[in-house]
Amino acid sequence: MADEVAISDAIAVERTLAGDRDAFRVLVERHSRTVYRMAYRMMGNAHDAEEVVQEAFVRAYRKLRQFAGNANFGTWVYRIAANYAIDRMRQKKAEESGLAAPSRPDEDGPQADPMNELADGAPSPERLVASAQLGERMRAALEMLSPPERTAIVMRHWDGCGIEEIATVLKSNPNATKNTVFRAVQKLRRALQPFQEGKARAMGTEV
Amino acid sequence: MKHRTEKELIAYREGNSREGEVIGAHLEECAECRAEMERIEVLYAAMDALHVPEPGEGFDSRIWQKIAPRLEVKRAHWWDELLAPRRLGVAGALAAIVLLAFYMGWRTGPHSNAPGIQHAGAGNVRERVLIVAVGEHLGRSEMMLMELENAPTRQGQARVNIASTQKRAEGLVEENRLYREAALQAGDRGMASTLDELERALLDIANSPDEVTPEQFEAIRRRIEAQGLLFKVRVVEQGLEERKAKPEANPQEIQAGAKERKKT
Repeated sequence: MADEVAISDAIAVERTLAGDRDAFRVLVERHSRTVYRMAYRMMGNAHDAEEVVQEAFVRAYRKLRQFAGNANFGTWVYRIAANYAIDRMRQKKAEESGLAAPSRPDEDGPQADPMNELADGAPSPERLVASAQLGERMRAALEMLSPPERTAIVMRHWDGCGIEEIATVLKSNPNATKNTVFRAVQKLRRALQPFQEGKARAMGTEV
Repeated sequence: MKHRTEKELIAYREGNSREGEVIGAHLEECAECRAEMERIEVLYAAMDALHVPEPGEGFDSRIWQKIAPRLEVKRAHWWDELLAPRRLGVAGALAAIVLLAFYMGWRTGPHSNAPGIQHAGAGNVRERVLIVAVGEHLGRSEMMLMELENAPTRQGQARVNIASTQKRAEGLVEENRLYREAALQAGDRGMASTLDELERALLDIANSPDEVTPEQFEAIRRRIEAQGLLFKVRVVEQGLEERKAKPEANPQEIQAGAKERKKT
Protein backbone atom coordinates (compact mmCIF):
# COMPACT_ATOMS: atom_id res chain seq x y z
CA MET A 1 0.00 0.00 0.00
CA ALA A 2 1.23 3.44 -0.88
CA ASP A 3 -0.55 5.12 2.02
CA GLU A 4 1.28 5.08 5.30
CA VAL A 5 -1.49 6.75 7.25
CA ALA A 6 -4.23 4.38 8.43
CA ILE A 7 -7.37 5.01 6.43
CA SER A 8 -10.86 4.29 7.66
CA ASP A 9 -12.85 1.34 6.39
CA ALA A 10 -15.29 3.65 4.63
CA ILE A 11 -12.51 5.32 2.67
CA ALA A 12 -10.92 1.97 1.82
CA VAL A 13 -14.29 0.78 0.47
CA GLU A 14 -14.70 3.93 -1.61
CA ARG A 15 -11.20 3.65 -3.04
CA THR A 16 -11.72 0.00 -3.90
CA LEU A 17 -14.93 0.87 -5.70
CA ALA A 18 -13.06 3.63 -7.52
CA GLY A 19 -10.75 0.98 -8.98
CA ASP A 20 -7.93 0.89 -6.40
CA ARG A 21 -7.79 -2.84 -5.70
CA ASP A 22 -4.96 -2.45 -3.22
CA ALA A 23 -7.22 -0.39 -0.96
CA PHE A 24 -9.08 -3.64 -0.30
CA ARG A 25 -5.92 -5.04 1.22
CA VAL A 26 -6.34 -2.62 4.13
CA LEU A 27 -9.70 -4.21 4.86
CA VAL A 28 -8.35 -7.74 4.55
CA GLU A 29 -5.44 -7.05 6.87
CA ARG A 30 -7.64 -5.22 9.38
CA HIS A 31 -10.42 -7.78 9.68
CA SER A 32 -9.03 -11.17 8.66
CA ARG A 33 -7.99 -12.27 12.15
CA THR A 34 -11.40 -11.56 13.69
CA VAL A 35 -13.03 -13.51 10.88
CA TYR A 36 -10.45 -16.29 11.31
CA ARG A 37 -11.18 -16.74 15.03
CA MET A 38 -14.89 -17.09 14.37
CA ALA A 39 -14.26 -19.43 11.42
CA TYR A 40 -11.91 -21.59 13.47
CA ARG A 41 -14.52 -22.09 16.18
CA MET A 42 -17.13 -22.91 13.58
CA MET A 43 -15.03 -25.22 11.42
CA GLY A 44 -12.86 -26.72 14.16
CA ASN A 45 -9.56 -26.60 12.27
CA ALA A 46 -7.11 -24.07 10.81
CA HIS A 47 -7.27 -25.29 7.22
CA ASP A 48 -11.03 -24.92 6.85
CA ALA A 49 -11.00 -21.69 8.84
CA GLU A 50 -8.51 -20.14 6.45
CA GLU A 51 -10.59 -21.24 3.50
CA VAL A 52 -13.61 -19.49 5.05
CA VAL A 53 -11.59 -16.31 5.52
CA GLN A 54 -10.43 -16.30 1.90
CA GLU A 55 -13.86 -16.99 0.49
CA ALA A 56 -15.51 -14.38 2.72
CA PHE A 57 -13.20 -11.63 1.49
CA VAL A 58 -13.53 -12.66 -2.14
CA ARG A 59 -17.32 -12.56 -1.79
CA ALA A 60 -17.17 -9.25 0.04
CA TYR A 61 -15.05 -7.79 -2.77
CA ARG A 62 -17.45 -8.98 -5.44
CA LYS A 63 -20.49 -7.66 -3.58
CA LEU A 64 -18.87 -4.44 -2.46
CA ARG A 65 -21.22 -2.28 -4.52
CA GLN A 66 -24.13 -3.77 -2.58
CA PHE A 67 -22.48 -2.82 0.69
CA ALA A 68 -24.90 -0.26 2.03
CA GLY A 69 -22.26 1.84 3.77
CA ASN A 70 -24.55 2.30 6.75
CA ALA A 71 -23.25 -0.81 8.48
CA ASN A 72 -19.59 -1.19 9.28
CA PHE A 73 -17.43 -3.28 6.99
CA GLY A 74 -16.14 -5.53 9.80
CA THR A 75 -19.67 -6.60 10.75
CA TRP A 76 -20.58 -7.11 7.11
CA VAL A 77 -17.64 -9.34 6.20
CA TYR A 78 -18.10 -11.24 9.48
CA ARG A 79 -21.67 -12.05 8.45
CA ILE A 80 -20.59 -13.14 4.99
CA ALA A 81 -18.02 -15.44 6.59
CA ALA A 82 -20.56 -16.83 9.08
CA ASN A 83 -22.98 -17.59 6.24
CA TYR A 84 -20.30 -19.28 4.22
CA ALA A 85 -19.13 -21.27 7.26
CA ILE A 86 -22.69 -22.56 7.82
CA ASP A 87 -22.84 -23.73 4.22
CA ARG A 88 -19.44 -25.42 4.50
CA MET A 89 -20.43 -27.15 7.74
CA ARG A 90 -23.58 -28.47 6.10
CA GLN A 91 -21.64 -29.63 3.11
CA LYS A 92 -19.12 -31.42 5.29
CA LYS A 93 -21.81 -33.07 7.39
CA ALA A 94 -23.57 -34.21 4.24
CA GLU A 95 -20.33 -35.59 2.82
CA GLU A 96 -19.57 -37.39 6.07
CA SER A 97 -23.01 -38.94 6.30
CA GLY A 98 -23.15 -39.63 2.57
CA LEU A 99 -26.49 -37.87 2.36
CA ALA A 100 -27.56 -34.80 0.47
CA ALA A 101 -27.40 -31.62 2.51
CA PRO A 102 -30.81 -30.81 4.00
CA SER A 103 -32.36 -27.55 2.92
CA ARG A 104 -31.73 -24.68 5.26
CA PRO A 105 -35.15 -24.03 6.83
CA ASP A 106 -35.75 -27.68 7.68
CA GLU A 107 -32.46 -28.21 9.37
CA ASP A 108 -33.20 -26.01 12.31
CA GLY A 109 -36.92 -26.60 12.16
CA PRO A 110 -39.18 -28.68 14.35
CA GLN A 111 -38.45 -31.98 12.56
CA ALA A 112 -34.80 -31.91 13.52
CA ASP A 113 -34.58 -33.04 17.11
CA PRO A 114 -31.27 -31.78 18.40
CA MET A 115 -31.40 -34.03 21.42
CA ASN A 116 -31.76 -37.13 19.25
CA GLU A 117 -28.83 -36.00 17.21
CA LEU A 118 -26.83 -35.55 20.37
CA ALA A 119 -27.92 -38.87 21.79
CA ASP A 120 -26.79 -40.61 18.61
CA GLY A 121 -23.48 -38.94 18.25
CA ALA A 122 -22.55 -37.59 21.66
CA PRO A 123 -19.06 -38.33 22.83
CA SER A 124 -19.29 -41.03 25.49
CA PRO A 125 -17.97 -40.31 28.99
CA GLU A 126 -15.03 -42.55 28.14
CA ARG A 127 -14.28 -40.49 25.07
CA LEU A 128 -14.55 -37.31 27.08
CA VAL A 129 -12.34 -38.59 29.87
CA ALA A 130 -9.84 -39.81 27.31
CA SER A 131 -9.53 -36.31 25.86
CA ALA A 132 -6.45 -34.81 27.41
CA GLN A 133 -7.50 -31.21 27.25
CA LEU A 134 -10.70 -29.46 28.15
CA GLY A 135 -10.41 -27.51 24.92
CA GLU A 136 -10.41 -30.82 23.06
CA ARG A 137 -13.55 -31.89 24.90
CA MET A 138 -15.21 -28.67 23.99
CA ARG A 139 -14.16 -29.02 20.37
CA ALA A 140 -15.63 -32.53 20.30
CA ALA A 141 -18.85 -31.27 21.87
CA LEU A 142 -19.12 -28.46 19.35
CA GLU A 143 -18.86 -31.04 16.57
CA MET A 144 -22.13 -32.50 17.81
CA LEU A 145 -24.08 -29.31 17.26
CA SER A 146 -26.04 -28.60 14.12
CA PRO A 147 -24.55 -25.82 11.93
CA PRO A 148 -27.11 -23.22 13.12
CA GLU A 149 -26.55 -24.14 16.77
CA ARG A 150 -22.82 -23.98 16.38
CA THR A 151 -23.05 -20.65 14.57
CA ALA A 152 -25.37 -19.27 17.24
CA ILE A 153 -23.18 -20.26 20.18
CA VAL A 154 -19.94 -19.10 18.52
CA MET A 155 -21.41 -15.74 17.61
CA ARG A 156 -23.11 -15.34 20.97
CA HIS A 157 -20.55 -16.56 23.42
CA TRP A 158 -17.17 -15.89 21.85
CA ASP A 159 -17.92 -12.90 19.67
CA GLY A 160 -20.56 -11.25 21.87
CA CYS A 161 -23.05 -10.78 19.00
CA GLY A 162 -26.60 -9.69 19.74
CA ILE A 163 -29.56 -11.99 19.16
CA GLU A 164 -30.77 -9.83 16.25
CA GLU A 165 -27.44 -10.09 14.50
CA ILE A 166 -27.33 -13.86 14.94
CA ALA A 167 -30.93 -14.08 13.70
CA THR A 168 -29.90 -12.20 10.54
CA VAL A 169 -27.13 -14.68 9.81
CA LEU A 170 -29.38 -17.66 10.55
CA LYS A 171 -32.19 -16.11 8.50
CA SER A 172 -34.39 -16.67 11.49
CA ASN A 173 -36.32 -14.57 14.00
CA PRO A 174 -35.08 -13.48 17.45
CA ASN A 175 -37.26 -15.90 19.42
CA ALA A 176 -36.24 -18.90 17.34
CA THR A 177 -32.63 -17.74 17.65
CA LYS A 178 -32.88 -17.59 21.44
CA ASN A 179 -34.10 -21.18 21.32
CA THR A 180 -31.21 -22.15 19.07
CA VAL A 181 -28.76 -20.65 21.57
CA PHE A 182 -30.52 -22.50 24.39
CA ARG A 183 -30.40 -25.83 22.53
CA ALA A 184 -26.69 -25.31 21.83
CA VAL A 185 -25.94 -24.63 25.50
CA GLN A 186 -28.09 -27.57 26.57
CA LYS A 187 -26.34 -29.96 24.15
CA LEU A 188 -22.93 -28.79 25.26
CA ARG A 189 -23.94 -29.35 28.88
CA ARG A 190 -25.03 -32.89 28.16
CA ALA A 191 -21.90 -33.60 26.18
CA LEU A 192 -19.65 -32.24 28.90
CA GLN A 193 -21.65 -33.69 31.80
CA PRO A 194 -18.86 -35.93 33.19
CA PHE A 195 -16.46 -33.01 33.23
CA GLN A 196 -19.10 -30.77 34.75
CA GLU A 197 -19.75 -33.21 37.56
CA GLY A 198 -16.10 -33.29 38.53
CA LYS A 199 -15.81 -29.54 38.30
CA ALA A 200 -19.01 -28.96 40.28
CA ARG A 201 -17.75 -31.18 43.06
CA ALA A 202 -14.55 -29.22 43.09
CA MET A 203 -16.67 -26.10 43.47
CA GLY A 204 -18.46 -27.67 46.44
CA THR A 205 -21.81 -28.28 44.76
CA GLU A 206 -23.20 -31.68 44.02
CA VAL A 207 -24.80 -32.62 40.76
CA MET B 1 -40.67 -23.50 46.37
CA LYS B 2 -41.01 -23.81 42.60
CA HIS B 3 -37.66 -24.31 40.96
CA ARG B 4 -36.60 -22.60 37.79
CA THR B 5 -36.14 -24.65 34.65
CA GLU B 6 -32.83 -25.12 32.88
CA LYS B 7 -34.16 -23.05 30.00
CA GLU B 8 -35.07 -20.17 32.30
CA LEU B 9 -31.68 -20.26 33.99
CA ILE B 10 -29.79 -20.34 30.69
CA ALA B 11 -31.91 -17.46 29.36
CA TYR B 12 -31.05 -15.56 32.55
CA ARG B 13 -27.34 -16.30 32.09
CA GLU B 14 -27.59 -15.21 28.46
CA GLY B 15 -29.28 -11.96 29.45
CA ASN B 16 -32.35 -12.94 27.40
CA SER B 17 -34.77 -13.46 30.26
CA ARG B 18 -37.84 -11.25 30.50
CA GLU B 19 -38.00 -11.87 34.23
CA GLY B 20 -34.35 -11.35 35.02
CA GLU B 21 -34.95 -9.59 38.31
CA VAL B 22 -37.39 -12.25 39.55
CA ILE B 23 -34.96 -15.03 38.69
CA GLY B 24 -32.11 -13.11 40.28
CA ALA B 25 -34.13 -12.81 43.50
CA HIS B 26 -35.08 -16.49 43.32
CA LEU B 27 -31.43 -17.49 43.01
CA GLU B 28 -30.67 -15.55 46.19
CA GLU B 29 -33.16 -17.68 48.08
CA CYS B 30 -33.03 -21.09 46.41
CA ALA B 31 -29.88 -23.12 47.03
CA GLU B 32 -30.92 -25.82 44.55
CA CYS B 33 -31.34 -23.41 41.65
CA ARG B 34 -28.16 -21.65 42.68
CA ALA B 35 -26.30 -24.96 42.48
CA GLU B 36 -27.79 -25.58 39.05
CA MET B 37 -26.70 -22.11 38.01
CA GLU B 38 -23.17 -22.85 39.17
CA ARG B 39 -23.16 -25.97 37.01
CA ILE B 40 -24.24 -23.85 34.06
CA GLU B 41 -21.42 -21.45 34.88
CA VAL B 42 -18.99 -24.35 34.73
CA LEU B 43 -20.01 -24.88 31.13
CA TYR B 44 -19.43 -21.22 30.28
CA ALA B 45 -16.01 -21.43 31.93
CA ALA B 46 -15.27 -24.51 29.83
CA MET B 47 -16.27 -22.61 26.69
CA ASP B 48 -13.69 -19.98 27.54
CA ALA B 49 -11.10 -22.73 27.62
CA LEU B 50 -11.51 -23.36 23.90
CA HIS B 51 -8.32 -21.85 22.62
CA VAL B 52 -7.97 -20.66 19.04
CA PRO B 53 -4.35 -21.00 17.92
CA GLU B 54 -3.02 -17.80 16.43
CA PRO B 55 -2.68 -18.14 12.68
CA GLY B 56 0.88 -16.83 12.92
CA GLU B 57 2.75 -13.85 11.63
CA GLY B 58 2.17 -12.95 8.04
CA PHE B 59 -1.33 -14.45 8.10
CA ASP B 60 -2.96 -11.29 6.76
CA SER B 61 -0.43 -11.00 3.93
CA ARG B 62 -0.84 -14.68 3.12
CA ILE B 63 -4.60 -14.29 2.84
CA TRP B 64 -4.11 -11.28 0.57
CA GLN B 65 -1.62 -13.11 -1.65
CA LYS B 66 -4.06 -15.98 -2.04
CA ILE B 67 -7.12 -13.92 -2.85
CA ALA B 68 -5.59 -11.06 -4.85
CA PRO B 69 -5.46 -13.02 -8.14
CA ARG B 70 -9.18 -13.73 -7.79
CA LEU B 71 -10.13 -10.06 -7.44
CA GLU B 72 -10.82 -8.41 -10.76
CA VAL B 73 -10.11 -4.68 -10.78
CA LYS B 74 -13.32 -2.73 -10.43
CA ARG B 75 -14.20 -0.10 -12.96
CA ALA B 76 -15.42 2.95 -11.19
CA HIS B 77 -18.68 4.53 -12.29
CA TRP B 78 -18.90 8.25 -11.84
CA TRP B 79 -22.25 7.87 -10.13
CA ASP B 80 -20.77 5.51 -7.53
CA GLU B 81 -18.37 8.22 -6.52
CA LEU B 82 -21.08 10.85 -6.49
CA LEU B 83 -23.67 8.77 -4.70
CA ALA B 84 -21.39 7.15 -2.13
CA PRO B 85 -23.43 7.24 1.13
CA ARG B 86 -20.57 8.80 3.03
CA ARG B 87 -20.18 11.52 0.42
CA LEU B 88 -23.93 12.18 0.41
CA GLY B 89 -23.92 12.68 4.18
CA VAL B 90 -20.97 15.05 4.03
CA ALA B 91 -22.44 16.88 1.04
CA GLY B 92 -25.71 17.30 2.94
CA ALA B 93 -23.96 18.75 5.96
CA LEU B 94 -21.86 21.06 3.77
CA ALA B 95 -24.94 22.22 1.89
CA ALA B 96 -26.67 22.98 5.19
CA ILE B 97 -23.72 25.06 6.38
CA VAL B 98 -23.40 26.91 3.06
CA LEU B 99 -27.12 27.66 3.02
CA LEU B 100 -27.05 28.83 6.61
CA ALA B 101 -23.98 30.96 5.97
CA PHE B 102 -25.59 32.40 2.86
CA TYR B 103 -28.75 33.16 4.78
CA MET B 104 -26.87 34.81 7.62
CA GLY B 105 -24.62 36.66 5.17
CA TRP B 106 -27.74 37.94 3.41
CA ARG B 107 -29.21 39.03 6.73
CA THR B 108 -26.06 40.84 7.85
CA GLY B 109 -24.86 41.97 4.40
CA PRO B 110 -26.62 45.36 4.11
CA HIS B 111 -24.52 46.78 6.99
CA SER B 112 -22.14 48.14 4.40
CA ASN B 113 -22.19 48.85 0.73
CA ALA B 114 -18.44 48.58 0.22
CA PRO B 115 -17.69 45.27 -1.55
CA GLY B 116 -14.51 44.59 0.45
CA ILE B 117 -16.32 45.13 3.72
CA GLN B 118 -19.18 42.88 2.63
CA HIS B 119 -16.73 40.16 1.76
CA ALA B 120 -15.01 40.39 5.13
CA GLY B 121 -18.39 40.40 6.85
CA ALA B 122 -19.47 37.23 5.02
CA GLY B 123 -16.21 35.51 6.09
CA ASN B 124 -16.92 36.46 9.67
CA VAL B 125 -20.44 35.08 9.39
CA ARG B 126 -19.15 31.82 7.93
CA GLU B 127 -16.72 31.45 10.81
CA ARG B 128 -19.49 32.05 13.32
CA VAL B 129 -21.74 29.52 11.61
CA LEU B 130 -18.95 26.96 11.78
CA ILE B 131 -18.30 27.78 15.43
CA VAL B 132 -21.96 27.16 16.23
CA ALA B 133 -22.08 23.95 14.15
CA VAL B 134 -18.87 22.50 15.61
CA GLY B 135 -19.99 23.52 19.11
CA GLU B 136 -23.24 21.62 18.66
CA HIS B 137 -21.41 18.61 17.29
CA LEU B 138 -19.04 18.61 20.27
CA GLY B 139 -22.01 18.99 22.61
CA ARG B 140 -23.65 15.88 21.12
CA SER B 141 -20.36 13.97 21.28
CA GLU B 142 -19.78 15.02 24.88
CA MET B 143 -23.26 13.86 25.83
CA MET B 144 -22.63 10.47 24.24
CA LEU B 145 -19.25 10.06 25.93
CA MET B 146 -20.73 11.03 29.30
CA GLU B 147 -23.55 8.54 28.94
CA LEU B 148 -21.03 5.86 28.09
CA GLU B 149 -18.85 6.77 31.04
CA ASN B 150 -21.77 6.85 33.49
CA ALA B 151 -23.70 3.87 32.12
CA PRO B 152 -24.56 1.59 35.04
CA THR B 153 -23.56 -2.07 34.81
CA ARG B 154 -25.14 -4.62 37.11
CA GLN B 155 -23.02 -7.13 38.94
CA GLY B 156 -23.13 -10.48 37.18
CA GLN B 157 -24.54 -8.91 34.03
CA ALA B 158 -23.66 -11.11 31.05
CA ARG B 159 -23.90 -8.50 28.28
CA VAL B 160 -24.11 -4.76 27.98
CA ASN B 161 -26.24 -3.49 25.11
CA ILE B 162 -24.61 -0.46 23.49
CA ALA B 163 -26.60 -0.54 20.24
CA SER B 164 -28.10 2.94 20.66
CA THR B 165 -24.76 4.52 21.62
CA GLN B 166 -23.16 2.72 18.70
CA LYS B 167 -25.73 4.11 16.25
CA ARG B 168 -25.18 7.63 17.58
CA ALA B 169 -21.42 7.20 17.24
CA GLU B 170 -21.86 6.07 13.62
CA GLY B 171 -23.87 9.21 12.92
CA LEU B 172 -21.28 11.45 14.56
CA VAL B 173 -18.28 9.97 12.70
CA GLU B 174 -19.08 11.54 9.31
CA GLU B 175 -19.97 14.87 10.85
CA ASN B 176 -16.74 14.80 12.82
CA ARG B 177 -14.67 14.06 9.72
CA LEU B 178 -16.16 17.08 7.98
CA TYR B 179 -15.37 19.42 10.87
CA ARG B 180 -11.88 17.99 11.31
CA GLU B 181 -11.12 18.70 7.64
CA ALA B 182 -12.56 22.20 7.98
CA ALA B 183 -10.44 22.84 11.09
CA LEU B 184 -7.33 21.61 9.26
CA GLN B 185 -8.03 23.87 6.30
CA ALA B 186 -8.57 26.80 8.65
CA GLY B 187 -5.19 26.03 10.28
CA ASP B 188 -6.76 25.35 13.68
CA ARG B 189 -4.45 22.51 14.64
CA GLY B 190 -5.63 22.29 18.25
CA MET B 191 -9.22 21.71 17.25
CA ALA B 192 -8.23 19.36 14.40
CA SER B 193 -6.17 17.27 16.83
CA THR B 194 -9.03 16.95 19.35
CA LEU B 195 -11.46 16.12 16.55
CA ASP B 196 -9.02 13.49 15.29
CA GLU B 197 -8.89 11.82 18.71
CA LEU B 198 -12.65 12.08 18.98
CA GLU B 199 -13.02 10.42 15.58
CA ARG B 200 -10.93 7.44 16.69
CA ALA B 201 -13.05 7.01 19.81
CA LEU B 202 -16.26 7.30 17.76
CA LEU B 203 -14.98 4.70 15.30
CA ASP B 204 -14.01 2.45 18.20
CA ILE B 205 -17.57 2.60 19.53
CA ALA B 206 -19.21 2.43 16.09
CA ASN B 207 -17.21 -0.68 15.20
CA SER B 208 -18.06 -2.53 18.42
CA PRO B 209 -20.75 -5.22 18.46
CA ASP B 210 -24.29 -4.26 19.57
CA GLU B 211 -23.80 -6.16 22.78
CA VAL B 212 -20.50 -6.44 24.58
CA THR B 213 -19.32 -8.26 27.66
CA PRO B 214 -18.82 -6.09 30.76
CA GLU B 215 -15.04 -6.55 30.25
CA GLN B 216 -15.21 -5.27 26.66
CA PHE B 217 -17.39 -2.39 27.84
CA GLU B 218 -14.87 -1.49 30.53
CA ALA B 219 -12.06 -1.63 27.97
CA ILE B 220 -13.87 0.90 25.75
CA ARG B 221 -14.42 3.17 28.74
CA ARG B 222 -10.80 2.87 29.82
CA ARG B 223 -9.52 3.76 26.34
CA ILE B 224 -11.67 6.90 26.32
CA GLU B 225 -10.64 7.82 29.87
CA ALA B 226 -6.96 7.24 29.16
CA GLN B 227 -7.07 9.76 26.35
CA GLY B 228 -8.70 12.36 28.60
CA LEU B 229 -11.05 12.83 25.68
CA LEU B 230 -14.00 14.21 27.58
CA PHE B 231 -11.76 16.88 29.11
CA LYS B 232 -10.24 17.82 25.74
CA VAL B 233 -13.68 18.06 24.13
CA ARG B 234 -14.84 20.34 26.95
CA VAL B 235 -11.76 22.58 26.56
CA VAL B 236 -12.42 23.00 22.82
CA GLU B 237 -16.09 23.58 23.52
CA GLN B 238 -15.19 26.24 26.07
CA GLY B 239 -12.90 27.93 23.52
CA LEU B 240 -15.72 27.93 20.98
CA GLU B 241 -18.13 29.36 23.53
CA GLU B 242 -15.70 32.21 24.18
CA ARG B 243 -15.29 32.88 20.46
CA LYS B 244 -19.04 32.80 20.06
CA ALA B 245 -19.55 35.22 22.95
CA LYS B 246 -17.15 37.76 21.44
CA PRO B 247 -19.06 40.64 19.82
CA GLU B 248 -19.03 40.46 16.02
CA ALA B 249 -16.04 42.32 14.67
CA ASN B 250 -16.78 45.66 13.15
CA PRO B 251 -16.57 45.35 9.34
CA GLN B 252 -14.14 48.28 9.16
CA GLU B 253 -11.88 46.53 11.71
CA ILE B 254 -11.98 43.34 9.66
CA GLN B 255 -11.09 45.25 6.52
CA ALA B 256 -8.26 47.03 8.34
CA GLY B 257 -7.06 43.70 9.73
CA ALA B 258 -7.15 42.13 6.29
CA LYS B 259 -5.10 45.03 4.86
CA GLU B 260 -2.56 44.63 7.67
CA ARG B 261 -2.24 40.89 6.93
CA LYS B 262 -1.72 41.65 3.22
CA LYS B 263 1.14 44.01 4.06
CA THR B 264 2.99 41.37 6.07
